[in-house]
Amino acid sequence: MAKKITLPLTRELSRTLHAGDQVLVSGIIYTSRDAGHKRMCETLEKGEPLPFDPTDATIYYVGPTPAKPGQVIGSAGPTTSGRMDAYAPMLMSVGARGMIGKGARLPEVIEAVKTYEGTYFGAIGGAGALLAKSIKSSELIAYEDLGAEALRRLQVVDMPLVVIIDSKGNNLYQQGREAYLKSVTADSGK
Amino acid sequence: MREVSVNQIIDVIQQLCIDACLYLPEDVKDAITCCREKEDWEIAKGVLDNIIENYEIAQRDQMPICQDTGMACVFMEIGQDVHITGGSLKEAVDEGVRRGYEKGYLRKSVVADPVRRGNTGDNTPAILYTDIVLGSQVRITVAPKGFGSENMSAIRMFKPSAGIQGIKDFILETVEAAGPNPCPPIVVGVGIGGTFDRAALLAKKALLRDLQTRNPDPYYADLEREMLEKINQLGIGPQGFGGRTTAIGLNIETMPTHIAGMPCAININCHVTRHKTEVI
Repeated sequence: MAKKITLPLTRELSRTLHAGDQVLVSGIIYTSRDAGHKRMCETLEKGEPLPFDPTDATIYYVGPTPAKPGQVIGSAGPTTSGRMDAYAPMLMSVGARGMIGKGARLPEVIEAVKTYEGTYFGAIGGAGALLAKSIKSSELIAYEDLGAEALRRLQVVDMPLVVIIDSKGNNLYQQGREAYLKSVTADSGK
Repeated sequence: MREVSVNQIIDVIQQLCIDACLYLPEDVKDAITCCREKEDWEIAKGVLDNIIENYEIAQRDQMPICQDTGMACVFMEIGQDVHITGGSLKEAVDEGVRRGYEKGYLRKSVVADPVRRGNTGDNTPAILYTDIVLGSQVRITVAPKGFGSENMSAIRMFKPSAGIQGIKDFILETVEAAGPNPCPPIVVGVGIGGTFDRAALLAKKALLRDLQTRNPDPYYADLEREMLEKINQLGIGPQGFGGRTTAIGLNIETMPTHIAGMPCAININCHVTRHKTEVI
């Protein structure tokens, strides 16, 4: 049964989430991927503020397809998170606590998740049409020149996600696979 | 000579780009539903149900199945009795892609320079392969290729002494290293033989073959079955959350090679293995 949660992702809320939890997320999230992350980190290095308040914010690694007339957004599934590994710890250091993407993270990102008690959520890669259903509004806030990679503020309702790495550093990619393989071994031993 | 105008080619490619991104091929749908029936791990069943719901929504609402609408890989088999008229074939292909990605509200994901980047803004250029074949038809396949999975592909130049075991280990190693990144369940395209470059092309072409059709050579048909089974014992599962269904298909294409070599390329695709073909 999926658990409903409402953002912002405070430290307290993040602590209640565990690797493997299926959650329905509502609230405000920000979109950014490769070029947007590079630019945000350059901004921080110059000592300038980000285009949005990063406190307890959740960033969705997505570059949607263009919205057709009358649509809020186009297809909007996650991109591979590993490409943002170089930037994620810096964004967490200024307050961003949640990340939504897909795929493995480097040990330094997992360490940052533990340090800042954040959460790494997984959205289903390749399910962009389904995920778009939970996005109720989309507002361009910066980096328009980056096209699909521009920074957007999204309002989501019951976005179906899975907790991959929780605030203690537990990792569904390890634990889920181990549990499955153990169940197979147990079955064959019967 | 049969004349085919570039305008016909532009129109066909435009529509193929749009249709490929909206409608998953039937054989891929069948492979996913077949794997769903065999899956018994709870979280994996949920993910596969969502994947099925997603391609149904895409079809119904005319929404791209995945936001990564890819680089447009265009394969053309041009009959040698065809005369293409009215302009450059390459420019016609790019124009078809340009129009398809614009009119279809597809994402423009191509950068002009691999190092200095910079989006071209219209998803061109396409990756174009042409084969000259017998006859007077033009067969066009558009396969939009996403890069989450493309990035997890690999190529290795084996010594012939590595033999079949070397190839088997390489396939499993590559899928293992890819883990959750290429959006499993995946389709694995394997190209063996030829030269360094041709092995990679064979691997890409392997992704275009119907997932229910085995390699005509029984030796490789058996290898396809064996490796799919072995991949589905790794436990990576849909999205890497654990489960049986790591791959929904594995196709192998081969060709002759040099006495000193055994190139092997593995092209990984996600469950959104898109391709659509039309014949002019």
